[in-house]
Amino acid sequence: MARLSGLQKEVLKLYRQCLRNTFKKPVENQANFRNYIKGEFAKYTDLQKKEFSTIEYLLRNGHKKMEMMSNDSIKNIK
Amino acid sequence: MNFLRSSSALRLNTASIIKRGLASAPEAKPVNNKTFKIYRWSPDHPNEKPTLQEYKVDLNQCGPMVLDALIKIKNEQDPTLTFRRSCREGICGSCAMNIGGRNTLACLCRIDTNVSSETKIYPLPHMFVVKDLVPDLTHFYKQYKSIQPYLQRDTVPEDGKENLQSIADRKKLDGLYECILCACCSTSCPSYWWNQQEYLGPAVLMQAYRWLIDSRDQASGIRKEMLENSMSMYRCHTILNCTKTCPKGLNPGRAIAEIKKQLAFQ
Repeated sequence: MARLSGLQKEVLKLYRQCLRNTFKKPVENQANFRNYIKGEFAKYTDLQKKEFSTIEYLLRNGHKKMEMMSNDSIKNIK
Repeated sequence: MNFLRSSSALRLNTASIIKRGLASAPEAKPVNNKTFKIYRWSPDHPNEKPTLQEYKVDLNQCGPMVLDALIKIKNEQDPTLTFRRSCREGICGSCAMNIGGRNTLACLCRIDTNVSSETKIYPLPHMFVVKDLVPDLTHFYKQYKSIQPYLQRDTVPEDGKENLQSIADRKKLDGLYECILCACCSTSCPSYWWNQQEYLGPAVLMQAYRWLIDSRDQASGIRKEMLENSMSMYRCHTILNCTKTCPKGLNPGRAIAEIKKQLAFQ
C-alpha cells in the first residue's frame, strides 16, 4: 500500500476513533452506530484526494459530530 | 365650542390634501440598480467551491442599509441566501460581516449609492464558515467564557443588597461595557488570524479589561495571572485594526494597552 498523506491519516484516525467510541454505547445498539458511521464516511469515498479544503471541512465537521455523539446520554441512533 | 371649530378646520385640511393628491398622480421613481456580489457556500455540497453570486437591487425600492438590501434579496430573489440578523439597529451584533473589505455590521453600514461600482459582501475573514455569510463563532465564545466575564467577590455587600459603586468608578466602564461581541475587531486582527487557538483577540481582551478595572470585582489578581503568558495577550502588536473597524466606535486597542500597562507596573 502507498504511503498515506497526513490528511489521509487524519481521516483514518477519525474513523478509528468513531468506531472505538461505539463500544461505550449499549451493546444492542452498537451495530446501529457502526452502520451510521460507515454510511457517513462512505458518502464521500469518491472524493478526489487533492480536494484539501473539502476534506478539511469534512474532518472538522466529523470531529464535531463525534464529540456530540459520544455524549453518554445518546443511547441509540437510527 | 373651541373643539368644534378645530374639527371643522381639520375637515377642510383633509379635503385639500385629497384634492392635491388627485391633481398629480404619484410618479414612479426611476430604477436605480446596484450590484451586490455575495459570497455563497453551502455545507450540503461540500465539494463545490465557494462562489460570488451577483444580485441586482433597485435602490429606490430598498432601505438605506446593507442589511435592508440583504433582506430584500432574500425575500424577493433568493430565499436560500443565509445570514444572521436580529435587531437591525446595531445592538445585537448578529449581522457582522465583511462589506466592501471592511468588517462591520450590515445594519449600521449604508449602501454605497455609487451604482457604477459593485459592493462585495463576505463572511467575517479567517473564520470557519457554517453557510454563506454565517461564520462559526463557537471558539470565539469559548474564549469569552475563559476570561470569566462575571462579577467575582469574596465578601457580601454590607447592606446585604447591592454592590455599590461610586460615579467615578462607574465612569471607568464607559467605552467598555457597550461592546456587543460582534467579533468584527477580533476577525480584523492579523495576530488573531494566525494564532486563533491561543491568542484571545481584541474583543475578549477588552472584556477582560472591563472586569479588571471594575471596582466591585475582587478577583483581579487571578484575572491578571491568566493573561501573563506569551500567547493570551502579548500577541497584540498594536496593529490597531480593531479600533479602526469597530462598528460601535469603541477602542479595544487602548484597553489592551491599559492591561499591558497594569501588568508592567504591578
